[in-house]
Amino acid sequence: MNNRRSKFLAAPYALWAAGFILIPLGMIFYYGFTARKGGFTLDNITAIAEPGNMKALILSLILSLISTIICFILAYPLAWILANMKFGKGSFVIIIFILPMWMNFLLRTLAWQSLLEKNGVINTILSFFHLPALKIINTPYAIVLGMVYNFLPFMVLPIYNALEKIDDNIINAAKDLGANRMQTFSRIIFPLSIPGVISGITMVFVPALTTFVISDLLGGGKILLIGNIIEKEFTQDGNWNSGSGLSFVLMIFIIISMILTAKYDTSKEESAP
Amino acid sequence: MKQWTALLLLAVITALLTGCGRKTGPNGEVIVYNWGEYIDPDVLVMFEEETGISVIYDEFETNEIMYPKIENGASLYDVVCPSDYMIEKMIQNELLAEINFDHIPNIKNIDSQYLIQSREFDPDNKYSVPFCFGTVGILYNKTMVDSPIDSWDILWDERYKDNILMQDSVRDAFMVALKRLGYSMNSTDETQLQQAKESLIVQKALTQAYVVDQVRDKMIGNEAAIGVIYSGEAIYTKSENNDLEYVIPKEGTNIWIDSWVIPKNAPNKENAEKFINFLCRADIALKNFEYITYSTPNAAARALITDDEIRSNPVAFPDFTQYDNLETYRYLGEDATYQYNALWKEVKSY
Amino acid sequence: MKHTIQKIYIGLILILLYAPIATLIVLSFNASKTRAKWGGFTLKWYGELFQNEAIMGALTHTLLIAFLSAVIASVIGTAACLGILHMRKRTRTIFLGITNIPMLNADIVTGISLMLLYLAFGASFGFSTVLMAHITFNIPYVILSVMPKLSQMNYSTYEAGLDLGGSPAYVFFVIVFPEIFPGILSGFLMAFTMSLDDFIITHFTKGPGIDTLSTKIYTELKKGIKPEIYSLSTLLFLSVLILLLIINLKPDKRKEMTAQ
Repeated sequence: MNNRRSKFLAAPYALWAAGFILIPLGMIFYYGFTARKGGFTLDNITAIAEPGNMKALILSLILSLISTIICFILAYPLAWILANMKFGKGSFVIIIFILPMWMNFLLRTLAWQSLLEKNGVINTILSFFHLPALKIINTPYAIVLGMVYNFLPFMVLPIYNALEKIDDNIINAAKDLGANRMQTFSRIIFPLSIPGVISGITMVFVPALTTFVISDLLGGGKILLIGNIIEKEFTQDGNWNSGSGLSFVLMIFIIISMILTAKYDTSKEESAP
Repeated sequence: MKQWTALLLLAVITALLTGCGRKTGPNGEVIVYNWGEYIDPDVLVMFEEETGISVIYDEFETNEIMYPKIENGASLYDVVCPSDYMIEKMIQNELLAEINFDHIPNIKNIDSQYLIQSREFDPDNKYSVPFCFGTVGILYNKTMVDSPIDSWDILWDERYKDNILMQDSVRDAFMVALKRLGYSMNSTDETQLQQAKESLIVQKALTQAYVVDQVRDKMIGNEAAIGVIYSGEAIYTKSENNDLEYVIPKEGTNIWIDSWVIPKNAPNKENAEKFINFLCRADIALKNFEYITYSTPNAAARALITDDEIRSNPVAFPDFTQYDNLETYRYLGEDATYQYNALWKEVKSY
Repeated sequence: MKHTIQKIYIGLILILLYAPIATLIVLSFNASKTRAKWGGFTLKWYGELFQNEAIMGALTHTLLIAFLSAVIASVIGTAACLGILHMRKRTRTIFLGITNIPMLNADIVTGISLMLLYLAFGASFGFSTVLMAHITFNIPYVILSVMPKLSQMNYSTYEAGLDLGGSPAYVFFVIVFPEIFPGILSGFLMAFTMSLDDFIITHFTKGPGIDTLSTKIYTELKKGIKPEIYSLSTLLFLSVLILLLIINLKPDKRKEMTAQ
């Protein structure tokens, strides 16, 4: 094999990554460690310890963790059912879950506002049946709902892909060897689906941790997440230095959570969304 | 596999059908940077047809988002429509070009009281031409409040807990709090600002949501009883929901003015002046007013309004002399802006 | 019984996913301009949509950028995968780590950092800056889809092809490419969808007159969405849906897709 030549196929990407990923990242670092009026500083980084920022960060971590767990609980059985149905047309399943994304993200989230509002669609239906009204708009519950809604497909698809790949023969072999259904699942199927689960968790947790649109639209602007704070630093306050500093901190949190999840990822195989 | 191919084809066909590539008019182009939904699109078409200048149109959501784009010169714009205090900041930072008023004869249509008001931020009327103005006040639903409203105090009234919509912008929120406490809304006094912050924190518990222009939809849909809103939305909301009433609180409020300015690095300054002049034409200003419902400072256009109720509507065209505590936002300098933002963050994350 | 429960479960999830979509579709027929009030049934927004140059222009840009960025990202990304596969383990880990950055970073950070980059190099903001930004965040999706397919591939067939005297390029297109094609396609679709849906990065990298649907919607979000936007989204959604239904209902064999 001509290993040496093949390596150069990655060259265009290497250049691209250097120019459009690494250099810009370096600029964020530069801004993050520069004071508003010039000169090196750590203030933008330590700003995370300010009560407002800390509170937002903790709240973001909690809400995105809850959303990730809910997504997982909803998605695993779903992916399991879908994988067992053996459509023989895998793309169909994928499309059912990607299709909503062809409606703009902002519009979909805005639609939840219409659904959840005091006089919204859901409450109109509930009151028609004389049921008590649902009062979750402008609360953290609505934000979690928005996160679960928007990011659920990112959890379903990787798990589905992982489950679908499992060879029936392995499952049959386990059964032949006397494993009951619980054992087959916990010893064979679940471990084999872990790469999918890991990539699902990553793809839900990270965007949930950094979102600001969902909290803005469904939280009534009363709940600040760390994404909102960073966004406001950049757009409203025009304070790029502290915005960059906080982004830097957020990045560290993301990397930490990635390492934590990767630790449980015993198999080294990458899995696709 | 066919599915993907088909999707791909669909995308390409749609792209081709809708056509791409824009043509520059025979007389060049003008690059306009304006608030979202702040002009009648027909006006742009008419301008293109009459002058042969093609319009490249871009929109922003807040003054703060607009500012760095002009400042860093990443995108060149010919004519921009910021608000009062932002214009002052742009003048101070030497981002604006003086307008040649010989090219804007229609400036005569602008009511002089607005040019005088503009001097607060543009002392010699050299840089800006007023486009829209208005007040900030309270929009309330007559069926949901028990007595007429005339004071900002209502926003702190326990009875309306979860029925209050507050503006989600630093200056507007602090304006309300400062005015209610009897201070200037351009205050930079530390104790006054702290007091304002404290009262905003108290109010947060009563607030249903902090929103910008969504007040409009929420009030129309009877989602809340009281909302802080720009007067320009008042006429429209009332036409959609007759129970709504707009009031300027007695403690005073903000008169804001959005004006056209020309950045220093504008590539087509003369076309920008033609554009401003065109918008100052009475019939055009009227057409625009009817579309966006924000008050026009154009006296000639106002005279053309056929509907008496609107022409002499105190909401759209308030008599400034009736109020003695109306102010216009000033640019408070970088440090004070920073302080406001920090305090606002404390409120929002409380 | 078990199947009924399963079906109910899928049904509930689908309701969750499609309830907002149904809401938007209903809103596109609302005669009232505000989403807060039902003003009766109308089709007028569909008529006005096609006369609205701003929206049609934004649609063109959106599709064009999504298409171009997805194609370019697919090419660069697939080539990168082939290269990465032949790297030593450590270089490989570094490469994949870098690939994860745009996905792990908050969109706003990616957007701002790219804006800073363009500013530093004095690029003039416009179509190409948005396109480059989209390519940047699209490549990782392609790599993530192609990589597993490539590592699953059996090398002996590739080597056998070479042994039989095929040139590497020939062997690639005849043997490797068909194997990983589903991966490339799903990467492409993912990239296309991501580009279509992106708002924040576009927002910071665009120049005057280059609106995409997302940036257009965002400026309108604050002032109230124009009903034409609802009708456009409905049309976009329905055309994709119908297309997929037609293809899926046609009974033919698509073995290569089961590989998905």
